[in-house]
Amino acid sequence: MLRFIVRRVLLMIPTLFVISALVYFIIDLPPGDCVSSQIEELVARGDADAHQRAEELRELYGLNLPLWQRYLEWVGGIFRWDFGLSCQDTVPVADLIGERLTLTIIMETSTIAFIWIVSFLIGTYAATHQYKLGDYVASFIGFIGLAIPNFLLALVLLYVGKVYFGLSIGGLMDPEYIDKPLSWGKALSVMQHLIIPVIVIGMSGTAGMIRRLRANLLDELQKQYVVTGRAKGLPPMKLLVKYPLRHSLNPFVADIGGLLPDVISGSVIVSVVLSLPTTGPMLLGALKTQDVNLAATFLLFVAALTVIGMLISDLALAALDPRIRFGATSEK
Amino acid sequence: MTDTTPNTPPSASPRRAPHFVSQEPWDPYVAERLTKEQERYYMAGQWKLMWWRFRRHRPAVVSAIFLLLMYFSTVISEWIAPYDLHTRNSRYIFAAPQSVHLFHEGTFMGPFVYGLKMERDPATLQRIYSPDTTKPQQLRFFCLGERYEFWGLIEGRFHFVCPPEDGTFFWLGTDRLGRDMFSRIVYAARISLTIGIIGIALSFALALILGGLAGYYGGWVDSVVQRITEIIKSFPHLPLWLALSAALPVTWSPLLIYFGITLILALLDWPGLGRAVRSKLLSLREEDYAAAAQMMGAKPARIIGRHLLPGFMSHLIASATLSIPSMILAETALSFLGLGLRPPITSWGVLLNEATDINVVAVNWWLMLPVVPVILVILAYQFMGDGMRDAADPYA
Repeated sequence: MLRFIVRRVLLMIPTLFVISALVYFIIDLPPGDCVSSQIEELVARGDADAHQRAEELRELYGLNLPLWQRYLEWVGGIFRWDFGLSCQDTVPVADLIGERLTLTIIMETSTIAFIWIVSFLIGTYAATHQYKLGDYVASFIGFIGLAIPNFLLALVLLYVGKVYFGLSIGGLMDPEYIDKPLSWGKALSVMQHLIIPVIVIGMSGTAGMIRRLRANLLDELQKQYVVTGRAKGLPPMKLLVKYPLRHSLNPFVADIGGLLPDVISGSVIVSVVLSLPTTGPMLLGALKTQDVNLAATFLLFVAALTVIGMLISDLALAALDPRIRFGATSEK
Repeated sequence: MTDTTPNTPPSASPRRAPHFVSQEPWDPYVAERLTKEQERYYMAGQWKLMWWRFRRHRPAVVSAIFLLLMYFSTVISEWIAPYDLHTRNSRYIFAAPQSVHLFHEGTFMGPFVYGLKMERDPATLQRIYSPDTTKPQQLRFFCLGERYEFWGLIEGRFHFVCPPEDGTFFWLGTDRLGRDMFSRIVYAARISLTIGIIGIALSFALALILGGLAGYYGGWVDSVVQRITEIIKSFPHLPLWLALSAALPVTWSPLLIYFGITLILALLDWPGLGRAVRSKLLSLREEDYAAAAQMMGAKPARIIGRHLLPGFMSHLIASATLSIPSMILAETALSFLGLGLRPPITSWGVLLNEATDINVVAVNWWLMLPVVPVILVILAYQFMGDGMRDAADPYA
């Protein structure tokens, strides 16, 4: 088991390096840099010192250095929690991303929790009440959830909330808490604002999970041992929970590898639509202005989050399922 | 298969049945002869069988017809749209949709619209359009209207519907430049629908080549391709798509951007298909007929293309169809965020980009209408893909 963990962790590091280099290179690919757009504005305004100012800025951001040197500097800084300067307002990237990153992680973990809880309840209900009204309702909701793209759903919800209820769904906390230290009121406000984005992002994941859980549980419930148990007079609840339910819970852990990228992708675009103070809108802005340090840092965090999530899921699966655990160790 | 010999009379009767001898010459194959229907079924090729099975899946057939109509509409967008993609009507900024009426003050008039009266809200200076119910304006059908260039080649003026003489026909309202939303949605279908097809074609080619190499050769080729697929599959696509499309130079022409975007979509989409190709090849190349072909000296390209590929082509096409909607969605999302296609190339995502400001949308709800075709097309593709997947293995 220990060797399994160590090997997985060691494999993570080169993956992250490759991704970071690739991402840094891609963002820097288009001609021009983040200074040029600012300078064009100055020139248009008739500023005579524009070009000198450009040189100063490039010097400050180190844009005159070759790409690989800038990349090495950026990577080297990561270990000191220093991600270079953001090009837009000359602020260290580390200061910009702190709170947004926390909020993003909170939002994503609560989305996953939402998916698990809701699909567990609905999926179990649908499987135990097959072909009843509730089952049909659940499948219908599931189908809609799979079909409607989340950002369009967010757009529609935003519109409905604005026009029919007169409230703005956007944002992640009440305005009076912005830039305030953490307090109970702030936490509560964040929780309230999280509900809509979490539902929107988690919709398709929940729908898929319900389908899988229902199918698994139905398969399991038809097996001989369940029939035997029922014939011997086991209480229905015990008959359900003791083995079939536990068995069909495997995809909850195993599928996180597919779920996590979806949730992260969804959270980026939904938070742009709902203008949440998470990483999404800032990443978009950074990409548009070629703010290499800022964008690359965000993307690196996205990658790290995914890779760590996968690792946790693999470990949990190995802990849950002895077949995987022993299969993995006997390989070596 | 069914026994077609005539029934023998019941032997339980008290009288002995007369001895019966058939005078016809004995036909040893009588049991194996098939009825017309059976013969048709047994002789049908696999594609025909698939078609029969697909036909039984009602929602899939309806969706396929819907999609065919949608694609056909992109061929004749110029005729369907009453206005051009870029026609600005500066007198009608954010005009509300004009509904089509049939009865004017109780008398039947045929399809007509009421003209629009514009007033300004004295407090907010907002334009308010209201129908002028005194003057009905007859719509014209199969008529000559705005000039256009059919596919940018042939000049023409023919439309199915034209606005009334010196009137307007904004069935779905207008946008901030007074451009007709309905016409724009019709034209945008051209881009949105083709981007999925071209993208999937690229992704399909990549999957066949890379998955084929990995599956057929195995060894280090396989493990390199496998690692790449794993990394791409495990990474969230949207941020990567954003980064890649932000990397497309601003100086490129819109058409070049269009192809750039399809390439980007394909680059991240192929691993799913590639994996399917690989696993199918791995199992099929162990079959006897593959070994036989190899021993007879066939080249790998021939073995893959002639002997292995036909065995799983139907599955591939079905799963490719199922991933078209995600491509259309990705393009919509990118353009919606302002990093995808850019005007003058107009897709549904580009139209939705105008709906990013919720305060504008709250007043002019028709800006959200491009959502409807997007969802319909995605649903249709999903149904059709389901039907195709079920039909892909007709011997099951």
